[in-house]
Formats: sequence, structure tokens, C-alpha cells
Amino acid sequence: MRAPAPAYAADLNGATIAAARDALGTALVDTRDAVGEVALFVTRDGLIDAMIALRDTPGLEYQQLMEIAGVDFPDRSERFEVVYCLLSLTRNHRIHVHVAASEETPVPSVTGIWPVAGWLEREVYDMYGVLFAGNRDLRRILTDYGFRGHPQRKDFPLSGFVELRYSEEAKRVVYEPVQLAQDFRTFDFMSPWEGAEYVLPGDEKGALPEAKGAPTPLSADQIQKADAAQTAKATATTPKTTDSTAQTGVGKAEPDAKPKPADPDVLKGKGEGK
Amino acid sequence: MTDTLIDDPALDKLLHRTDAAHPDAGDVAIQNYTINFGPQHPAAHGVLRLVMELDGEIIERVDPHVGLLHRGTEKLIEYKTYAQALPYFDRLDYCSPLGMEHSFVLAVEKLLDLEVPARAQYLRTFFAELTRISNHMLNLGSHVMDVGAMTPNLWLFEIREDCLNFFERASGARMHSNYFRVGGVHQDVPLKLLTDIGDWLDTRLPRLFEDAISLVADNRIFKQRNVDIAVVSRDDAIKWGFSGPMIRGSGIPWDLRKSQPYDAYAKMDFEVPVGTRGDCYDRFMVRVEEVRQSARIMRQCLNEMPDGPIASLDRKVVPPKRGEMKSSMEALIHHFKLYTEGYHVPAGEVYVATESPKGEFGVYLVADGSNKPYRCKIRPTAFSHLQAMDMMCKGHMLADTTAILGAIDVVFGECDR
Repeated sequence: MRAPAPAYAADLNGATIAAARDALGTALVDTRDAVGEVALFVTRDGLIDAMIALRDTPGLEYQQLMEIAGVDFPDRSERFEVVYCLLSLTRNHRIHVHVAASEETPVPSVTGIWPVAGWLEREVYDMYGVLFAGNRDLRRILTDYGFRGHPQRKDFPLSGFVELRYSEEAKRVVYEPVQLAQDFRTFDFMSPWEGAEYVLPGDEKGALPEAKGAPTPLSADQIQKADAAQTAKATATTPKTTDSTAQTGVGKAEPDAKPKPADPDVLKGKGEGK
Repeated sequence: MTDTLIDDPALDKLLHRTDAAHPDAGDVAIQNYTINFGPQHPAAHGVLRLVMELDGEIIERVDPHVGLLHRGTEKLIEYKTYAQALPYFDRLDYCSPLGMEHSFVLAVEKLLDLEVPARAQYLRTFFAELTRISNHMLNLGSHVMDVGAMTPNLWLFEIREDCLNFFERASGARMHSNYFRVGGVHQDVPLKLLTDIGDWLDTRLPRLFEDAISLVADNRIFKQRNVDIAVVSRDDAIKWGFSGPMIRGSGIPWDLRKSQPYDAYAKMDFEVPVGTRGDCYDRFMVRVEEVRQSARIMRQCLNEMPDGPIASLDRKVVPPKRGEMKSSMEALIHHFKLYTEGYHVPAGEVYVATESPKGEFGVYLVADGSNKPYRCKIRPTAFSHLQAMDMMCKGHMLADTTAILGAIDVVFGECDR
């Protein structure tokens, strides 16, 4: 590793995975050793036994639970992943343990193993709505009293749904639907040459035949069709201007004289076409 | 209590539960009462609401309510590029901004596997230690003031003011420096700044600091308020996820700078102070010694600081300087791309933790290969420490709460995120 990141005993990664396989047995679904970090994927039912084994087995000895992080993957059938970051003080090593969960399936609580898990699980519950079976104090923790929804979910909008202000009339804080003076500005930097799957503003016009003189080369029959459509429209309107001698009454009208087709790019004058 | 009493006048008389003036004196029901400590309390170090159940003046139970400063930092970061996410870290623990930036920068570098030049590593180490000093000045001073002493706080703020001036000279901002960058630091420091800090480390810092600490370290009142308050055993410290001065105060020599060195810490020679009893006084003294060790690390940085680039020369991550951008087409393209789109980080996940002044500050970063983090979970130090308030306060007096809180060193920008 060239980056100057915290250098813990990364040479133990291989031995750790082997020891975890022995200690966890069938509870261990998958292992991964990427970017110098070991990740263990554990079944929900086997979580408690796996955690106790990880803490107490000689050669693993993860005494401290440092963090529980929730991650939301809306595409998966069990959309949430709960990640436990463990630290071994004696072996100077870190791993993370991953468990999948959905809104309905509670994850067993590890508060019996590490009391610090109490608030960490409360936070995951607050942010994602993952339930922890066995946590006796599963209240919201970071959001407001009486808050609804789980803000870290990917389908929760960044601005939220309500905003609050102090109302001088009501003499208390009131909640109102969010009103943004300016939209949140997001920019899409995906290059169109790298397979973007969206329609840029203006792209929808590509489906229609373009106006005469448009920059995109069109086939001859497309141009003819476009011309015919525009000409037909133009003849429908009666021009107010006196174009031909037939209308002025001066001289004789030519036998095949027609009104000049209006230019579709020129805006009509006031009252024109009524 | 009344419901368990047997209503028998003879028994009352036998137990001296009645007297002539107040015939039913023995029937007084004593109830625990519940009070709010905060959310606006000068000793709560921010917006902390403690719901306390008291038996007289003895604390029976504490339920800390946090989240009053929750700003949704983690959610906001998911909508920002990696470079735009960095300033949010300054605003987490606003008392030690560079310590927060350090974890994030190292996490992104780990995902990118990006090499950082030696001078940049030294500069980051140097300013991280300056941050530690300025953080401890605030904490030690306010801890002392929470238990009743005024003067040391004023003197320690002198030092903190010096630190903030140095940050301003290095980065342009006193508090929210936004100085570290993925791949190095934002800009080089003038030589005069380094010599000035060197002079300051030798003259002003020890004089002011040792003066202030000499007022309290052996002071009888200060010891009465702190010794044997909130004793945390080694086992408890591990179980409750303690880190930093809190775990060292309990006698476990665990310092990420020593055990999992990052940047230039592997080359630094310093001691890790530990406490012996695990009480508030030990935590205080651990921080006092850490300030001296930080000064020692900074002197080593000054002595050994190499010349060279202050950020990685990988132009796909680190933008070129403006001067270069004005003269080179290649640099102009890189400058434009990096300041609009930013760089893409390969998919993966890391948990990177550094020794911030308050303890282990970690960032769990999930990248999906785009220019924005998919998930950025911030591991605050205060969360686990504050959760242990109930365990630490139980059986202590109400007035000890401020000492315990002061020794935790809690800042709510970081705790609530």
C-alpha cells in the first residue's frame, strides 16, 4: 500500500480469514480482503455467536466494537447492510462484519456483548429503520422528537419534508412543508460517450423531423415531409397582406397565383391569423 | 414507600415514626426527582440535554439526549464530490478541525492508493499536532473552569489564540482551515511561519502552559473535585468503546499514532502517557502530558521536514496551481475537470481511524466508482464516551457531572454530525 493510511497489522489478514472460517463455521457466508481490509459476511441468525467467537477466540480477539454503520442498497432484496467495525487491541487489527437486513427482518442486538452498541444501534435504527431485536432502548437518537421517516435511506430527499420556524402568532415552533427558494443544484458529469442512460434537454427533438435548414443532415424524403407539413400549415392561415394582384384588384390575376407561404420562423404580428 | 408500611399505630410508636407535633411524620413519601441538565447549560459544552434522576443530590440515572445539533452531514456528503465533502469535516469537531480532515483524507487516499510526498506528510503531522495543542487548551481550560477555577482558562486561551493565528497564517482561516487535501495539503507554508512556531514552542508555549497547569495540577480543591470521580476500569473502558485520552486514562497504553502510525508518525519519537486510577484527574493529566508530547513531535517535524512538493503530482487527483493553469493547456484541462467533476474513486470500502485529540475518529467510506461517496459514516469519539455517562455518573453527586463531562471532552458538532 502506497497511501499513508493507518498501518495496522495488515499482514494478519490472511490468517484472520482462516481463523474466522474455523471459528464461525456456517454462520460465515463470505469473506473479502480488499484495499487491505478484511470484511466478513455473516448470517443474521448466527450474528451473536459469531460476535462472541470473534471476541473470545484466541487468534481473533476483537475486544472493541468501534462503530456500527448502516448502508442502504435499494436494489437488493434485503436492502440494508449493517456493518460492525471491530478492533483488536492485542493483535492490532481491524475487521468489519457485514449483516444484511430489510425493514421487516430485525437484526439481533449485540448490546449483551458490548454495551456501547446501544447508541450505535439506535442510530442505525433512526437513520435507516433497521430493527434490532433485544435492544431494550430502541428510541430515535439524532433526529428531532417526533420525527417521521428514516433520513439516511437513499429514497429520502436531501431537503427532508418539513422545516421548522418560530411562529410569532402561535408563540411556538411550528413545522411546515419545505419550501426551497432555489432548487438544489445537481450536475451530472457522466460523459455522453461513456454510455449515459438519460435524455439531455433537447434530445427529444431528435425523434421529430427538423425544420428546414437545421444543422443535422436529413434524408431527402424527410425534408420533403417537413416542408409539406409546414406548407400545409401556412396555407391554412389567411395572410392579411396584399401580395397578389388578385387581391389589390389591379390588373389581372395570374391563373396559378397562390399566396406566398409564410416563414414559420417569423413570429406573427398582432391580430394576424384571426 | 408508603404502600409497604403497615398501618399500625402501635408499630409506628415502636419505630418512632410518630411524634406529637407531626403525627404522620413517618408517612412522608420520598420520591426521586428528575431534572433537566441543559440543553442550554454553560457546562454542557454545547447543546446537551441530560435527563437526570436524582435521589437528593445523588445521581441515580442519567439519560443523555443528543442530536440537538444534528445537521445531516453524512447525508450532505453523499450529494457532494470528494473535494466538496472535505469542508464538512472542519465543522464536525470545530475545536480540532484538522484532526477531522485527517481521517477523511487518509480514507480517500487509501481507496485511491495514492502516494503522498514526504513534505506533505510532515506538514500534516505537524499541523495535526498543533490542532491537538489548541484542542487541549480549550478542553483543559474549560474543564478547570467547570470545577470552579477561573484563571487557568484565561491563560490557556492565550495559547489557543496563538494556535489559531498560526492556522490563519497557514491556511487563511482561523478555525475551519480546510487545509488538508487528498494527496497532500493545500499550499506550502512560508519559512517564517515555521520558524515562528519553532520559537513559540520554545518560549511562549511552555511558559504559559506550565504556569497555568501549575495552578491546578497540585491544587487541593481541583483534586477534591476530580480524584476518584467517575473511575472507569480497564474492562469497562474496552467494553464501552473508549478511545483516546479516555482509554489511556484507564491505564491502557493505546494510541493510534503509536500502534497504527499514519503519515509521518512512524518516524516520530514520543511517549504515550497513561493514567493509573482511571478517574477524571487522570484523564486531565493525560491530556496535559499529551500537550508536551505534541510539542515534542512538532519540534521533530521542524527539524526533519524535507523539501519537495506539498501534494501528490498525480494530476488526475490533485489539481494544478493557478499559475500553472494559466500557462499550460494540459493544466487548464485538469484544473477544469477537477473543480467541476472531481475525481472518481474506485469502488470499495474502508474504515480509517486516526487519533484525533478526543480519541478515535473514524470514517467508514463506501465508494461506488463515481465522483461522490456512496456512504460516508463518521465515527464520532463523543458518542461512545457520552453513552457511558450513565455508568460513570451513577452514585456521584450532581456537581460532579460537570467534572465528568469536562473530562470526556465532548463537542457536539462532532457528536451530533
